[in-house]
Amino acid sequence: MYAQLVETGAKRLKTKEEMSPEELEFQEKVDAEIKIEPKNWMPEGYRKTLIRQISQHAHSEVVGMLPEGNWVTRAPNLKRKLQLMAKIQDEAGHGLYLYSSMETLGADRDEEIEKLHQGKAKYSSIFNYPTLNWADMGAVGWLVDGAAIVNQVVLQRTSYGPYSRAMVRICKEESFHQRQGYQILLDMMREGTDEQKAMVQDAINRIWWPALMMFGPHDDESPNSQQSLAWKIKRKSNDELRQMFIDQTIPQLEFLGCTAPDPDLKWNEETGHYDFGEINWQEFYDVLKGNGPCNRERITTRKKAIDEGAWVRQAAVAYAEKQKQRANAA
Amino acid sequence: MSEWRLYEVFVRSKHGLNHKHVGSVHAADAEMAMENARDLYTRRSEGVSIWVVPSDTITASASDEKEVLFDPSEDKIYRHASFYKLPDEVGHM
Repeated sequence: MYAQLVETGAKRLKTKEEMSPEELEFQEKVDAEIKIEPKNWMPEGYRKTLIRQISQHAHSEVVGMLPEGNWVTRAPNLKRKLQLMAKIQDEAGHGLYLYSSMETLGADRDEEIEKLHQGKAKYSSIFNYPTLNWADMGAVGWLVDGAAIVNQVVLQRTSYGPYSRAMVRICKEESFHQRQGYQILLDMMREGTDEQKAMVQDAINRIWWPALMMFGPHDDESPNSQQSLAWKIKRKSNDELRQMFIDQTIPQLEFLGCTAPDPDLKWNEETGHYDFGEINWQEFYDVLKGNGPCNRERITTRKKAIDEGAWVRQAAVAYAEKQKQRANAA
Repeated sequence: MSEWRLYEVFVRSKHGLNHKHVGSVHAADAEMAMENARDLYTRRSEGVSIWVVPSDTITASASDEKEVLFDPSEDKIYRHASFYKLPDEVGHM
């Protein structure tokens, strides 16, 4: 998931009897699958939770460009380079769709970006891992975008209209990302040297667990996940989504002729799902707290881009002002 | 970027169809809004024409006025073709 651990401010769920008439009307609309639109009344907690979740999601898209940017000048040929640039441009676009939908809730884009730069806002833990070899571009597209798709397909049905519509657009574009990633790996496995095949397995070994962590911690009875599900901001629990991802990914992994770095991974005839090993949650929380391999580098790069681009934004405003004056004088 | 004005973006996907709201962009002026809208909303030939409109110039109906505003049309079922039942013998009309 691109948003992990979103605080809702709820200590426990309110019963219908405890809700104010407005809250009750709101909840009934949500229950009836009627989308909430920007000008509709909504509980303050709903608004704040959405701002947190959508901004995390947007920040993830934006920071997600960085591990891939590392390979633009190193792509093995022009075709791969163009594909990678198109994918990165999409990520920028996805970030913008999301920031726009967040702004309909009254949040300010600059303020939310400032929170990211101060370390107060989170983004997906996955982007704090380095991309060390070319096969990482394949594994990121296939596994990371693949995990994002599982999450985002479900979020198309989220209760907030602008968020849901942004998700529809994003999902349309995202499957190109996953396919191009898988194709990179497939080409390397089919036509590559032994060394290149080893690169593929190495990339999968490193990215496998962090990709599973994208769905966030285990479902629990925490008021946050319960509240988000009741408001239909989230539509499926973290563990359900993770299981869906694993079930659909293993056949693709086997087709590649590769393995997952998980000795406990096996098909369970009884449940009709794959069993898999326990995630290293200590690592997950460490990365989320800012202590992953690349956290500092990512934020430094983002800040630098904003700061060093300041003159461009100022020049654009000055130019627009000058054009306006000229038009007025004419 | 919030110091830049917000523009709503409308895209005509094919000739003969209406422009449809697709989202918004920030820009220093209308020209830049147009370029940003092209980059953001038509990367895969989604459109043949774009409108950008400053968001603060749009007057919208308030959703809580829904009943008052749309009420007059609720009870006029005779405005729909389906209100007029015709004998089967008349055929398709």
